Amino acid sequence: MSVEIELAGEGGGLATEEMVLNMGPQHPSTHGVLRFIVTADGEVMRRAVPDIGYLHRSIEKIAEKVGWHGFMPYTDRVDYVAAMTANQGWAMCAERLGGIEVPKRGEYCRVIAAELGRACSHLLGFGAMGMDIGAITPFTHALREREMINDLLEELCGARLTFNYLRIGGVAWDLPPGYEEKVLRFLDRFELAVDEMGELLSDNRIWVERLAGVAPVPPAMAMAYGLAGPNLRASGVNYDCRKAHPYSVYNDFEFDVPVGTGEKGELGDCYDRYICRLREIRQSSRIVRQAIEKIPDGPVIAKVPRNFKPRAGDCHVVLESARGEMDWYCASDGTEYPYRVHIKTGSFTAMSIMEALSPGLMIADLVAVIASFDIVAPEVDR
Amino acid sequence: MDARAIHKLLANEFGDGVGNFVEQPTEPHIEVDATAIAKVCSYLKENGDLNFEHLSNLTATDYLEENRIRIIYHLHSYKHARWLTLKVAVDRENPHVATLENVYPVANWLEREAYDLVGVNFDGHSDLRRILMPDDWVGHPLRKDFQEPSHYHGISTVRESMLTINRN
Repeated sequence: MSVEIELAGEGGGLATEEMVLNMGPQHPSTHGVLRFIVTADGEVMRRAVPDIGYLHRSIEKIAEKVGWHGFMPYTDRVDYVAAMTANQGWAMCAERLGGIEVPKRGEYCRVIAAELGRACSHLLGFGAMGMDIGAITPFTHALREREMINDLLEELCGARLTFNYLRIGGVAWDLPPGYEEKVLRFLDRFELAVDEMGELLSDNRIWVERLAGVAPVPPAMAMAYGLAGPNLRASGVNYDCRKAHPYSVYNDFEFDVPVGTGEKGELGDCYDRYICRLREIRQSSRIVRQAIEKIPDGPVIAKVPRNFKPRAGDCHVVLESARGEMDWYCASDGTEYPYRVHIKTGSFTAMSIMEALSPGLMIADLVAVIASFDIVAPEVDR
Repeated sequence: MDARAIHKLLANEFGDGVGNFVEQPTEPHIEVDATAIAKVCSYLKENGDLNFEHLSNLTATDYLEENRIRIIYHLHSYKHARWLTLKVAVDRENPHVATLENVYPVANWLEREAYDLVGVNFDGHSDLRRILMPDDWVGHPLRKDFQEPSHYHGISTVRESMLTINRN
């Protein structure tokens, strides 16, 4: 896990001495326990080597010990900022292996919960981004709205962060009475608030100068390093799992996929990553509105045996989490315990690009870059 | 082009390097030889009609009873919105496979993870170190015969269940 750095001893001309800085694992702006070993020449980085694993909780190993139903609450901890989609990944794995069809209403409940969760995660993402680069106010605005979404999700499933709302075959509870109107009332106000946040930041000169043109990722590089979700789309690659491989009931909804254009600086820079996230919040809200309008009656969960044993075999499930494409690989040997589970997350690939991206950046920009990728440490380490 | 047609194409191109097409309901896949995987992936990426420009996932599974480890590659094409699964089976005692780092840079970390947790050696990898577990960890935790050590640096790895602790 530790990284050894060789001190280069070039001393020609007036060159200053290279300096090795340790950033993290305990650092206020690393979004969890992340560590970078930065080799810098003055304020300019020669390279930043990420060192991960501090939050490794062996979730994949736990899966092999707790059984199919029992693993659901652990999936919340894979990405606790957007836990609904992590729940959904696991449910989809088990359903595909077990050949279970989720009732339509159950799928709609999942979409409503997942899209509210996505908005929640993006709010925290850009609120924390503001704080990382020195603006405290956006954080308070974003968190105010996030609290209200947390209230809504709490009403749905009793938890505010690690929801454990989904079950294999559907969702744990139906929408509470009057929930639809409550969500719509919230969205009416929320959309205005998101616009206001956008107005506060998007054309703010300090904000733009701090982000535009910083650490641009060209589309080819984004694909090569497997960047996912808003980070990939910011680089101009129009790919969203919900559109390209519609799962659940995403085919029923109309929504746009915001793509980066380099509008303030270069294509795929920090600003593009910020603006894609902000615009995605509006799209999530659009999906929730349609889901509430179209939600059918019926049961929310299929009949799944308590002693669930899917057939032997393996499957690969991909879904769009708040931090992008989340790949689940699951192998079953036909017993009541999964044989192998592997989760590849958007934060993992975003961390892996940091070393290639860092040469020539200012040390202070490293913080902006981490924030713009919306890296969540537990999702890197699992 | 479906997976079966791609298999035919690969079999023509690489001969013995490509094994069978396994028709499995939840995960149809192509078996590839450990020595050929980098060339096969490079072909799948560069070939104009295939465009598998994205290595979406790379992982390994230990099959103790078969005495094998399977390395599973999920390739994706953004252009055609298409998935392809490749599997490489290697010997459990001495698992070696060629690295994909030069084809897909993202493989660097994914292979480090497979090395760390399952103990697969990726030949030609530039920096094959542990990534999630501590450097001085012994063994590969996702091997099926992994024995959890009782202590790590003098710290016990077991704790009495909170439900059975005597509360006197």
